[in-house]
Amino acid sequence: MQGTEPGYWLGTDSLGRDVLSRILHGARVALAVALVAGTITCLVGATLGLMAGFLRGWVDMVISRLIDIWMAFPPVLFSILLIAVLGPGLWSIIIAIVVIDWTRFARVIRAEAMAQGAMDYVASARVAGRGRIGTMLREILPNVLPTIVVLLTLEMGIAVIVEAILSFVNLSISTDDPTWGGMIAEGRTSVHQAWWVLVFPLITLFLTVLSFSQLGEGLKDRFDPVLR
Amino acid sequence: MSFLSIRNLSVRLKKGPPLLRRVSLEVAAGEVRGLVGESGAGKSMIGKAVLGILPPSVEVTEGEILLDGVDLLRLPIAERRRRIGASAALIPQDPLTALNPSHRIGPQITDRLVDILGWTRADAEARARALLAEVQIPDPDRVLRSYPHELSGGMRQRVLIASAFAAEPKLIVADEPTTALDVTVQKQILKLIAGMQARHGTALLFVTHDLGVVSKVCQKLSVLYAGMVVEDTSVADFFAAPRHPYSAALLAATPKYTDPSAGLQPVPDTVIATVQAEVAAFDRGTARG
Amino acid sequence: MTGGPRVADLYSVQDLHLSLADMTAKPLMGAAPLIDILHGLTFTIPKGAVVGIVGGSGSGKSTLGRALVRLLEPSGGRILFDGTDITHLPEAALRPLRRRFQMIFQDPMSSLNPRHRVGTIIAEPLRLHGFDSLPDRVARALDQVGLPRAFAARYPHELSGGQRQRVGIARAIALEPDFILADEIVSGLDVSSQAQVLNLLEQLVRDLGLTLAFISHDLSVIRRLCQRTIVLYRGKIVEDRPTADLFADPRAAYTRELLDAIPLPDPAQPWV
Repeated sequence: MQGTEPGYWLGTDSLGRDVLSRILHGARVALAVALVAGTITCLVGATLGLMAGFLRGWVDMVISRLIDIWMAFPPVLFSILLIAVLGPGLWSIIIAIVVIDWTRFARVIRAEAMAQGAMDYVASARVAGRGRIGTMLREILPNVLPTIVVLLTLEMGIAVIVEAILSFVNLSISTDDPTWGGMIAEGRTSVHQAWWVLVFPLITLFLTVLSFSQLGEGLKDRFDPVLR
Repeated sequence: MSFLSIRNLSVRLKKGPPLLRRVSLEVAAGEVRGLVGESGAGKSMIGKAVLGILPPSVEVTEGEILLDGVDLLRLPIAERRRRIGASAALIPQDPLTALNPSHRIGPQITDRLVDILGWTRADAEARARALLAEVQIPDPDRVLRSYPHELSGGMRQRVLIASAFAAEPKLIVADEPTTALDVTVQKQILKLIAGMQARHGTALLFVTHDLGVVSKVCQKLSVLYAGMVVEDTSVADFFAAPRHPYSAALLAATPKYTDPSAGLQPVPDTVIATVQAEVAAFDRGTARG
Repeated sequence: MTGGPRVADLYSVQDLHLSLADMTAKPLMGAAPLIDILHGLTFTIPKGAVVGIVGGSGSGKSTLGRALVRLLEPSGGRILFDGTDITHLPEAALRPLRRRFQMIFQDPMSSLNPRHRVGTIIAEPLRLHGFDSLPDRVARALDQVGLPRAFAARYPHELSGGQRQRVGIARAIALEPDFILADEIVSGLDVSSQAQVLNLLEQLVRDLGLTLAFISHDLSVIRRLCQRTIVLYRGKIVEDRPTADLFADPRAAYTRELLDAIPLPDPAQPWV
């Protein structure tokens, strides 16, 4: 294990592998999980939340009960169970995140949709003759979009952390491909002699999650005509 | 001597356009002054400046606000808050949002007296009960125990009025207190405010856009346009013969059911041009000076 | 058709009842109890009439208005629109008819979608009902309400309360309806904006031959605008007469209470 030297800017680990290259490789896994899991979770959760909040009635009853029951499962155990059943791999992680986190979206978007549903411009759309689904997509959705965008980027950050935790405990992808969590786990044992093996992946993880949340803030303001 | 004396108060959006243009007015002890004007004329802003609750996006650029002879704007913040808290109060426009939905009514009236003004809990509660009776709430104990959402709009406004008079303030700012209320409820609430004001001898700064209300409740009034005082006169003189064309136009716009052909005249473009020219002249004058 | 409504009546309301669920009294399991809001209303609105509907809060005036444009479904009685029974008509059958009865809302803040431009807001109903040459129609609607055509590109928050209210009017008249319900449309505006909006409405009723139902709690405005006035008290009609007669000789005690409550702009006149 060596510290910084030319060609190995962030040092090397116990097997002589370049930390920087491994971080970049690990980024592929992290970003893949973030984008795919984040987007699917958002689509599933926001759609169900929108339907429950705006259509009300039995649709809301079914979806709300579903959310309540779902949220009663302890997430960590649930994810470990899922991965044990599905086997390790990128898609297992993505499915686990979607299955657990969609409720977060659904709850919040449901509340927003309910609030927007009480607005006079919704009644106006009805008077004009628009149907329920049309009103939901055309009138409610644009007003709920800023919240969805922020939640989406938040979820991406969470997905990155979940993947890191799973790879820390070796439940992530099964190959020897580097993952940030895996690197952190390895770096733990040698933290006193070679702090860089632990610290750099950790900093990268932190900066990535931070970037996602900043992206969310920026996108929300940029595309919202009311705030401009 | 006036209890409240505002002299040349100018307020603007930080690094932005002026919102109040050298506003001056006087309110004697126990007097009711109306502040009238269209939406955005700045009438609420004056009340907020006096009470020290201007929004953070807004700053005072010049002027004095003398409360009982002391310039509030030159005091350190803690001292200013103390003075305002001891001698002034607000009756807000929206009774729904002015009350905290998660607390019962009782504490919302008494907490201020106990925590900030140092009353004993027993004195504060007795005072709350007496005031609720004074605002003609039939069952004060039940109301003290209730939550805001359990009361009607009119009841909530009565609670807010009682709360405003609780610490026996010398000045109350009433910011469009009946705009959100039904016309029959409005009459009851206005009579209540007028009655309590007379009994307690409180000076009242009454913000409204309804000239009918002004004629019943106020002794003096200031007409505002774009943050500038356009006319400052007694109510009797105003309704007999308004001096400024804009004041006359506002009167002509007010509906009068006794005369269906009168009222509801929109403000003529010529009058708007006149008053906007005055504002422009003012702005040129201040830019130069 | 014997005993049926005259063809000159645009609306014929017979013994209208309407109940709404009281959500504050909803038990944990089961449906919320129903509260009766309207208790058997009967009246007609002839074509071309301007009718005022007056009452305090709790009178049911807004509920009545919403029943007339079928935002709410009656629980009893009948509503006939131009001879057609719309009382329990399903949405699919109602949709083509909706073009003919439109509504303007009270709150200019919440009645316009804050994330749509003014042009889109006016064009949407036109698109739904298959109108052509939308940009021309939007421009014409803006002209009719006295707003510059450039406003079509603006968002609602860039407009004043009075201007937003005029967009609401433009949206309603763009469909060329027979009937408009105006629900307290000037209650949130100051006197000069109120005067502008009301004068505009008066003029449009004349020019476009509209039938108008004007809901308000302000009798002064009603007097100026409406030929006939219906006074509602707690879900029942207590007066239904020509406006001039109502003011000359108010019969119901509640009407007199409403009149007495109005502060006339005259300091000499005492307020009993």
